[in-house]
Amino acid sequence: MERVIVAMQDPDMGMKMRNQRLLITVIPHAMTGNDVIEWLIQKYNITEEEARHLGGLLVQYGYIYPLREPRSLLLRSDDSPYRFQTPYFWTSSRWPATELDYAIYLAKKNIRKQGELVDYEKENYSILHKRINHTWDFVVMQAREQLRASKQRRKADRIVLECQEQAYWLINKPCVNMPLYYHYTTLGRNRVKSSICLESFMKYSEQYLHHDPIMSGCLPSNPWISDDTSHWTINTDMVGIPTRLRVERWSFSFMELLNDSMGRREFMIYLEKEFSAENLCFWVACEDLRHGESSKIILKVEEVYKNFLAPGAARWVNIDSKTMERTLEGIKRPHRFIMDDAQMHIYFLMKKDSYPRNLTSRTPTLAIVPQETKKSVFPFMRRQRHSSPSPAMVTQATEDDGKAKGAGPTGTSSTTNSQI
Amino acid sequence: MIFSTKPEMATQEIQPNETLTNLKAESDTLKTKLEDERAKLHDVELHQVAEKVDGLGQFIMKTRRTLKGHGNKVLCMDWCKDKRRIVSSSQDGKVIVWDAFTTNKEHAVTMPCTWVMACAYAPSGCAVACGGLDNKCSVYPLSLDKNENLAAKKKSVAMHTNYLSACSFTNSDMQILTSSGDGTCALWDVESGQLLQSFHGHAADVLCLDLAPSETGNTFVSGGCDKKANVWDMRSGQCIQSFETHESDINSVRYYPSGDAFASGSDDATCRLYDLRADREVAIYSKESIIFGASSVDFSLSGRLLFGGYNDYTINVWDVLKGTRVSILFGHENRVSTLRLSPDGTAFCSGSWDHTLRIWA
Repeated sequence: MERVIVAMQDPDMGMKMRNQRLLITVIPHAMTGNDVIEWLIQKYNITEEEARHLGGLLVQYGYIYPLREPRSLLLRSDDSPYRFQTPYFWTSSRWPATELDYAIYLAKKNIRKQGELVDYEKENYSILHKRINHTWDFVVMQAREQLRASKQRRKADRIVLECQEQAYWLINKPCVNMPLYYHYTTLGRNRVKSSICLESFMKYSEQYLHHDPIMSGCLPSNPWISDDTSHWTINTDMVGIPTRLRVERWSFSFMELLNDSMGRREFMIYLEKEFSAENLCFWVACEDLRHGESSKIILKVEEVYKNFLAPGAARWVNIDSKTMERTLEGIKRPHRFIMDDAQMHIYFLMKKDSYPRNLTSRTPTLAIVPQETKKSVFPFMRRQRHSSPSPAMVTQATEDDGKAKGAGPTGTSSTTNSQI
Repeated sequence: MIFSTKPEMATQEIQPNETLTNLKAESDTLKTKLEDERAKLHDVELHQVAEKVDGLGQFIMKTRRTLKGHGNKVLCMDWCKDKRRIVSSSQDGKVIVWDAFTTNKEHAVTMPCTWVMACAYAPSGCAVACGGLDNKCSVYPLSLDKNENLAAKKKSVAMHTNYLSACSFTNSDMQILTSSGDGTCALWDVESGQLLQSFHGHAADVLCLDLAPSETGNTFVSGGCDKKANVWDMRSGQCIQSFETHESDINSVRYYPSGDAFASGSDDATCRLYDLRADREVAIYSKESIIFGASSVDFSLSGRLLFGGYNDYTINVWDVLKGTRVSILFGHENRVSTLRLSPDGTAFCSGSWDHTLRIWA
C-alpha cells in the first residue's frame, strides 16, 4: 500500500494536488475521489471497479482520508475532497497508538471545541480520566502545550494537521475498555469451586440423557433415519396431547416450562385458578418490550404501566416498594430495559412459589408415549427403548424412574423391536 | 515536566514512557493475581469427576442427507425453528434456504458480494440475515411466492468497517447481534437499522459469537483472532468475563445447553470447555493425531457430546465429561467450515468447502 501512496505523491508522475474549491472555501492540498480512481486506473492499467476497491482500502487503512464526513471511511468516485495522510501517522510506523496519546488528543479536542466530543469519544474520555487519573495533570498540560504550539503555525498547515490527527485517531483509537479496569473488577468476582461446577455437568447430562435423540434415540423414530416425520407431528407446538417426555421436561426447570408454549399455557391456566395470572402476563409483556421494535418502546411501556403498575390497575402486580419506586422513576425516560428489575422480581416470584406448587399439585396430565414404529438404528448400541403399546394415562405423582406405565396391552399393536 | 515538541506532533520522551511502563507492569501483576485466584478454587479435574459416569458404547452416525446446489465453498449455515429447514451461504455469494428433509431448495438469493461468511434464520422462520465481505448484515424476508425476487425486499441492518464474520437474531426477529473483522460486536434494531449497543474489547478480528440460553437472556460470548473468548453483557456493553488459554484464533464458540459453560474450537487444533461460574478452562479436547484447526463446534442436546468440524475434512465427536474422543466421521471432501445441531437435537448439519452440506444422525 505504501508503495502505491509514494508513487501517487511523486512530483512528476504522481497526482496533481490542487487547492480544491468547495463553494467559496478553498481547501488546501487536496484531491478529489475521482482523481484518485482515475490515477489508479491509469497507472496500474486496471478496471474502474478494481481501482475503486483498491482506493477504498487505502482510505480504510488511513493512508488517504476524506475531508468531508471524516467518519465515513469510503472512497467516493465524485468530487469529494481527500488528502494524503502524513507518513508520521502511517499505520505501519512503529509509533504505537497508546492510551496516553489518545487521552492527550481527546483533551486537546475538548479544550478546542469546548466539550463537543462525539458520544464514544466522551465515553472514552471519562474512562481514561478514571483510569489514568494519576497522570491527568500531565495530560491536560500536554494538550495545552500542543495547542499553543500549533497556534504558531500558518492556518492552512494547522487545518491540515488537525485533519491528519483526527483521521489517524479514527482508525487507530486504542481499546479503551479492557485492560486495567477489567482486571480490577474480575479480581473481586465470586468464583465457585470446580468440584461443584463439574458435578453439575454430570447431573445435567444424566437428567437430559433420555431427551437427547442422538444419545438415546427418539420415538417413534428419528425422522432423518427412518424418513418418517411422526416424531415431529406429535411434538408440534400446540398438539392435542403432549408426549410424556415433553411433560417431564417441564419439571426440569422453570425456564423449560416457559420456553414450551404448551407448558406455558398449562401454567397460565393454573395461575388463573390461583388468581395470580397477572404475574405471567406481566412477564410476557416485559419480554415483548425487551425484544420488540425500538419504535414501539414508548407505547409498550405506557401499556405495561397502565395494565400492571398504575395504582388500581386491572392486573396490578405485587412488586416490592423499592423496585416499584425505581421502575416508576425510570418510566419517565422509557427505554428497552426499564422493566428489567420488575420483570426479574416477578420471574423469581413465580419460579420460587407458583412453579413448585404447580408441579406437586398438578392434576393428571394426559400424555402419550409413542410406540416405536420402525427398526431404527441408534448411535449408541447398548441402550434399549421400551414403550407401552398404546397411549397411556400418566400422572406426575405416580411416575417413577422414567419408564412408562402402560394400561396393559390393548388391541393390536406392531411388536416393537428392541436393539441389542 | 519536561517535554520537547516535534514539528508535527508534540510528544515528549521522558515522562509518559515511565508512566506507560508502570501501567503495563500494573496490568501484568493483576493478570498474575487473577490466575492465582482462579487456581485457588480448582480442586478437581473434569475427567476425575467423570470417572463414576458410564462410558459410551460403540458409536455410529451416518450422513442421512447430502445437500448439493452451492457452486462454491459453503461458509455458514443455520437451522430454522421448525427443525427441518436450513439456510446456508457460500463463497460465490449465494444464500440458499433448503427443506433439508426433502433436500429441496426453497429460496435462493445472490448477494452483491462474495464470501458470505455469516447467515442466520429468524426465530419466526419468516426471514434470513446474511453478510460477509460487504461489511454489512442484510435481512431478507422470505416470501411464500417462489417467483418473487427476494433481493428486492432486502433490508440493510448492520454496518461495520470490516467483514461480517457472524450474525444471530436474539430472541425475536427485531434484533440482530453481529461480529466483525473490525474487532467489534454490535447489537442492531432491525426495523430502523439503528445501532443499539457496541462491544469493544477484542484486539483483533472477532470470528464467532453465541447467545446464552439463560433465564435472564442478557449475555453472549465471542471469540477472536486475539485468542480470547469474551463474555459480554448486552445491556451495558461491558465485557464481564474473558478467557485466554487458546494458542491461536478461536473460530467457533458455543454455549453448553445449561448456559453455565461454553466450548470453543480453535486453529490450535483443540476444543476447550470453559466454566463460567468457576471462571476457568475446565477441559481440553485434543489428540496428537489431530493437527488441523477446529472450525466449528456444537453440543448434543444433553451436552454429553461435543461435535467438532475440522480443517482436515473430518468431524470428531468428543465425550464432554470424560474428555475422550468417541468417534471420527468421514465424508466431506474438503474443510468442514460450519456445524450446528438441529433445534430438537435429532441431527446435526455440517457445511464444507466441498460445496455440500450433510445432515448426520
